[in-house]
Amino acid sequence: MAKSVKKFIEGNLAAVDGAIAAGARFYAGYPISPSSEIAEGAARELPRHGGVYIQMEDELASMAALLGASLAGKKAFTATSGPGFSLMQENLGLGVMMELPAVIFEVQRSGPSTGAATKPAQADIMQARYGAHGDHSIITISPASAQECYDLTITAFNLAEKYRTPVLFMSDEVVGHLRETVTEVAPSPEEIFDRVRPAPGTTQAEFRPFDFSGTMPAPMVPLGDPNLLMRATGSIHDEKGEFCPTPDCIDRVTRYLSAKIEQNADDITITKEYRLEDAEVAMISFGCSVRSAQTAVDILRERGVKAGLLQIVTVWPMPARQIRAVLSRVKTVVVPELNLGQLAGEIRKLNDYGCRIIQANRTDGILITPQQIIDALERG
Amino acid sequence: MATYKDYMLFDKLPHTWCAGCGDGIILQAVTSVFAELGLDKHQIALVSGIGCFGRIDDYLDINCMHVTHGRALAAATGVALANPDLTVLCTMGDGDSITIGGNHLIHCARRNINLTAIIANNYNYGQTGGQYSGTTPTGSITSTSPYGHIEQNFDICRIAEAAGATYVARATTYNPVQLRRLIRGGIEHRGFSLIEVMAACPTHYGRYNHQGEAARMMKLMNAQSVTPAQAAQMTPEELEGRIVTGLLVNREKEDYYTRYRRIIDEQNVDG
Repeated sequence: MAKSVKKFIEGNLAAVDGAIAAGARFYAGYPISPSSEIAEGAARELPRHGGVYIQMEDELASMAALLGASLAGKKAFTATSGPGFSLMQENLGLGVMMELPAVIFEVQRSGPSTGAATKPAQADIMQARYGAHGDHSIITISPASAQECYDLTITAFNLAEKYRTPVLFMSDEVVGHLRETVTEVAPSPEEIFDRVRPAPGTTQAEFRPFDFSGTMPAPMVPLGDPNLLMRATGSIHDEKGEFCPTPDCIDRVTRYLSAKIEQNADDITITKEYRLEDAEVAMISFGCSVRSAQTAVDILRERGVKAGLLQIVTVWPMPARQIRAVLSRVKTVVVPELNLGQLAGEIRKLNDYGCRIIQANRTDGILITPQQIIDALERG
Repeated sequence: MATYKDYMLFDKLPHTWCAGCGDGIILQAVTSVFAELGLDKHQIALVSGIGCFGRIDDYLDINCMHVTHGRALAAATGVALANPDLTVLCTMGDGDSITIGGNHLIHCARRNINLTAIIANNYNYGQTGGQYSGTTPTGSITSTSPYGHIEQNFDICRIAEAAGATYVARATTYNPVQLRRLIRGGIEHRGFSLIEVMAACPTHYGRYNHQGEAARMMKLMNAQSVTPAQAAQMTPEELEGRIVTGLLVNREKEDYYTRYRRIIDEQNVDG
């Protein structure tokens, strides 16, 4: 039977436990509210498991060090929020280009800029998707509870390793600081995915650490492999990882970096349903707003309204198939979120079914209440 | 017996650097030191940034990571801590190392990360057309200081020393024998080593400042060079416009990973 412990802890610390359980052994970061407990937890836990914590001089350096450690073979993570996340975009793009696994915890706070630094928001959806310049796709996971901070962190590392890509773990101040009972089940070895290595006996002449022909990444070796040299660059490169700025190479790499995520959306995307089977009114939400939406559904059900909830766990790639399934069978969709309608806009893009879409937005640094969601529905 | 050729990718030649550029001399010095030390190429990792000298990885048959502008030392820090058995090199120009990446340099030196930084200082941004950098001498003409550069320039070695680097040296491409000796010393040193190499950029800096073709620029560098012993006898005024070459700092101090390893050994619960 799998080893399991029960803890009463906040989401940020559950995430640290999840990272250790997933096999992460390197952290480089710069403290910032409301994510700092992840740095503190990593500083405490990593040396206890043979890993390394280093506090870098800024988020530019944190992200760069993370990628250096990943290329040297470690599962690596960092944590940040708003302004720090903006600084990380430079080397997030580098990680996408080099196809290096890493997990970036982004505990969202109010913005722009310093904003209300300790207050929650859910307004970084678009920065997560498009913050790094150039065409690319990115996996972004958004938890709604401390339990999910543990469970989904393991998922995040697995996806990072499987698809050789940085994965964003986009929580928020509410979920990061929410203390709940968390059951931490140690994953079995079969539940942990490690980056694919070349077949034994592969020679340097045969070794191709990049492959742009399909939608899965090529096998890789860490720096320091006794038999094979590894090479990675932020420049457009060929299958050997060597600089290759030909039109053919540029086109292949650009299309592949998006296809690798988008064409595997069915494998990557996660949604959860709550009382949705016979629903006529559906909430679609993510992160902390899911909790308020869940209560709103219960209240509406008590009043005889057939309400249900679709929780978007992977904000990117957007679970279009699952969202369409809801849009095609309900009359009304309510989208609660702590921003001015970033998720609602994405849902509208998929609304080929004439469904009425109602926004329920709160942007004053306080969690939206179930009543506010119901009010938004009733206002129409 | 290994030679520098064993660490190079000859199918990538001729290189992209301009005729007379100093970077090729540094490339051969670095690979010659690998051969002298008999290093297993699988155990060498080189991290480079953006700029003329950042392109050095194109010609090397070792492990390479070519990152963003200014972040090479930060990425190299991650490599060095994730696999402390590697020989980690970090190759940068004056833009990468002390201008856009200056913050990373002082912190890497302060932490005494076990790696060797090799900086080609050609006083300007050569790859993008000769704009001024943090090391462009005051008064110089560059493509973005057409009326003369009004800023004070950094002395990379003095900054590294003040920040806590445990091995600091400077050489010119005029003297490749000394250059090899100092790079070798840096690689053999445990902790943060920095070798600044004065490298001519005849295409931009030399042309704008009427220093003549590459050979004349190299002779000028040599004429400007003084040893640390000579420099110790000179006044600040006399040192103006001089290049102090040789081993400038060499001190023993435990590197970051060794100190962190003690914490791991004390705290480890995994056995």
